[in-house]
Amino acid sequence: MTTVTPSATRAAAGPPGRLRTSSLAGRAGVFAVMALFALYTLIPVWWLLVTATKNSGYLFTTNGLWFSHFDLWTNIRDVFREQDGIFARWLLNSALYSIGGAAVSTTLSAMAGYALAKYPFRGRDLTFNVILGAVLIPDVMFALPLYLMFSQVHLVNTYWAVFLPSVVSPFGVYLSRIYAGASVPDELIEAARLDGAGEARIFWRVAMPIMSPALVTIFLFQFVSIWNNYLLPLLMLNSDELQPVTVGLANWREGVNQGIPYNITITGAFLSVIPLIVAFLVLQRFWRSGLAAGSVK
Amino acid sequence: MATRTPDDALAHPIAGSAAKRIPGRGHTRSAVLFLAPFGLLFTAMMLAPIGYAVYQSFFRTHRSGLGLGPSTTVFAGFDNYVTALHDSRFMSSFLRVFTLGIVQVPVMLGLALLLALLLDSRGAVFKKFFRQIYFLPYALPGVIAAIMWSFLYAPSVSPFTAALRHVGLDVNFLSGDLVLASIGNMMTWAWTGFNMLIIYSALQAIPGELTEAAVMDGCSGWRVAWHVKIPAVRPALILTTVFSIIGTAQLFNEPAVLSQVAPTVSPTYTPILATQQSADINNYNYAATQSVILALLTFVLSFGFLKFTQRKGTFA
Repeated sequence: MTTVTPSATRAAAGPPGRLRTSSLAGRAGVFAVMALFALYTLIPVWWLLVTATKNSGYLFTTNGLWFSHFDLWTNIRDVFREQDGIFARWLLNSALYSIGGAAVSTTLSAMAGYALAKYPFRGRDLTFNVILGAVLIPDVMFALPLYLMFSQVHLVNTYWAVFLPSVVSPFGVYLSRIYAGASVPDELIEAARLDGAGEARIFWRVAMPIMSPALVTIFLFQFVSIWNNYLLPLLMLNSDELQPVTVGLANWREGVNQGIPYNITITGAFLSVIPLIVAFLVLQRFWRSGLAAGSVK
Repeated sequence: MATRTPDDALAHPIAGSAAKRIPGRGHTRSAVLFLAPFGLLFTAMMLAPIGYAVYQSFFRTHRSGLGLGPSTTVFAGFDNYVTALHDSRFMSSFLRVFTLGIVQVPVMLGLALLLALLLDSRGAVFKKFFRQIYFLPYALPGVIAAIMWSFLYAPSVSPFTAALRHVGLDVNFLSGDLVLASIGNMMTWAWTGFNMLIIYSALQAIPGELTEAAVMDGCSGWRVAWHVKIPAVRPALILTTVFSIIGTAQLFNEPAVLSQVAPTVSPTYTPILATQQSADINNYNYAATQSVILALLTFVLSFGFLKFTQRKGTFA
């Protein structure tokens, strides 16, 4: 994934040093395209923010892209009061599934990816290809039969039914193998072995710190994908109490006829997005790849 | 974090042989120990369900009388598969999603590549700011985004419908003609930034000497992009394409939410919706068959694309 084709080195020879400054028009064009797409991205989120502050009366009558009466606090209170305050429970469930699942799956992925990158053993390529193959198979292939299997062992409608499938991330293994291969120098491992360190110690003390920026990436990927998962909890859980916030809100969206007002759903959606945005802002400095690639030099 | 694995004592005897740089049997054991926790769960949560679904797809539940008597499971051979292939609603769900993917994936990845190149270009300003904005939709859970768009498309609430009405256009985003394009827009909105970031990371990994040499040789920005940068990020483009193929095949959240508000989105609109419907009416064998077919087709498409591009790569 990070390999660079060398074919590019032989670019046509021409007059050197012509291009240090790009033209003003060029810069303006670049900015215009980028700003346009930023608008496309932002408008729906802006709408969500604005609409979360409106009470249901103004939802249909006012400009959707601008504030009218500021009822955000009332709306938030209503969201947390609906159905005896189940919304807080949903948020907690989502946090539980996502943080726990991502932590376990990142650890397992790191170990497996490191082993696949750094130990030459028989059957390694086959193992890796099987894991990689699983990335190419749609979730429904696992979710539905898992539901049938779990119902036979009475795991359906428990926390485990959502948690257990979430801790397996073939993509995490793939990423950590790539990162371990690219960033943990063999020389370093050899040196640690010469110093008498055991394999487990080398992994935890030498490889893990180097891999840690990549591991945060894997954690985030996994956190987001568990938080976002809809199909699995939809299949596995029928008790409202166990639902993550996604399924809960989708039920509210459907529940307009049962008297759940639009603005409750919209403000709920807005609130459910905040934890993820905070997570991104806090962890964004880790969103760098190929970090320790140069550490051999 | 939670698990503490192979303790050091296990690995100690290896140290000596490692010095000779021979991958000994001890290393195989370490590898197995490192792989075991993932391997066990992977087998239980992914391999076993695949096997179980395939197994289930060859059986059929036979109910006696009016369906009130006890039901028996009988071997059905390929009957379920034959049924699925003749199931016109199931088949047209494939065609629908295929049509969508053929248009949406290139548009989305083209946009992602363009934005990544622009962000990487020397003329760009506020890079960090734009990068974060583009990535923002990734922070919105798919269902939440779908709920949001379901309102943004709903004629009674939509600011877009209202704006278009101002200029004299009467557009219903959820009408039969438009709903597929509307779903495509939801996917593009949600995933362009994510793909952009993968491509952008690959661009960042290009050694500076490479682009500098091209610039020194007199290449303009666009020629550097075309001759140096795009070939260098080919693996990232292949990766994002494969993910997009799989993502499109799994299309579920958007139509599932829209089906609540738009009658044009039928309960069998996409293959997964159709599968889910079969499961809902307790026809598990048929649901298993449908998911096997979907998985096979997705695998063939994504793996085929991977192989095709890799082969091309060796000749290029």
